[in-house]
Amino acid sequence: MAKYKLDITKDHCPMTFVKTKVELAKINTGDLLEITLTGGEPLENVPKSASEQGHKIIETKYLHNNTYLLVIEKG
Amino acid sequence: MTGNNKKISIISFSGDFDKLVAAFTLATGSAAMNYEVNIFFTFWGLNAIKKKKGHKFTGKGLLARSFNFLMGGSNNVPLSRLNFCGLSPKLMSKLMKKRNVATLNELYNAAKDLGINLYACEMSMHILGLTLSDFDKEVKEVLGVPKFLEYSEGGDRIFI
Repeated sequence: MAKYKLDITKDHCPMTFVKTKVELAKINTGDLLEITLTGGEPLENVPKSASEQGHKIIETKYLHNNTYLLVIEKG
Repeated sequence: MTGNNKKISIISFSGDFDKLVAAFTLATGSAAMNYEVNIFFTFWGLNAIKKKKGHKFTGKGLLARSFNFLMGGSNNVPLSRLNFCGLSPKLMSKLMKKRNVATLNELYNAAKDLGINLYACEMSMHILGLTLSDFDKEVKEVLGVPKFLEYSEGGDRIFI
């Protein structure tokens, strides 16, 4: 099980969940993708988009200054 | 095909910078939300998918080649308002970059990465003397209305 990182804190709709989907397509089933993202639209849409594609949300953690860490396991 | 029943089909007619941004934003966002997405480029919209991105003589026949030269490709798409002889799309792209919003070029590349189905309109291509080889390789097929209706059946159809 490998771990990958993606920072989308500077991105806006639709690139937040577009980049997530493209990144998830590159990794293997069971691998983890650790995404750094901001609250609001990204925090709402990125987990929703990933769940819809059959991936598993492992963790959502507040970091600092409206920034969160989202861990997704590729399904 | 994504194997689900959520589908959106966009008819990209306008070819204006801002309307193409709207079409590609909706398309890429929908594809990332697991929708099957089709974009059917017709008339001015065909400029967005031409292989030659600038003002180049493309197609068959003097009149058609002149039209294609004047219209150009995706580097020359005009803003629907306040175009200022083509200056505004460049300024708008600069502003989009500054604000970390995806530019038209980035959205188009994302559409290709996401496997969005890109189609070209047979009738418009015939008028403009264009063939499939004049478009980017990701353009899958040349369609007429019956095929578009078949591919878009059961989903939403949006005209931009």
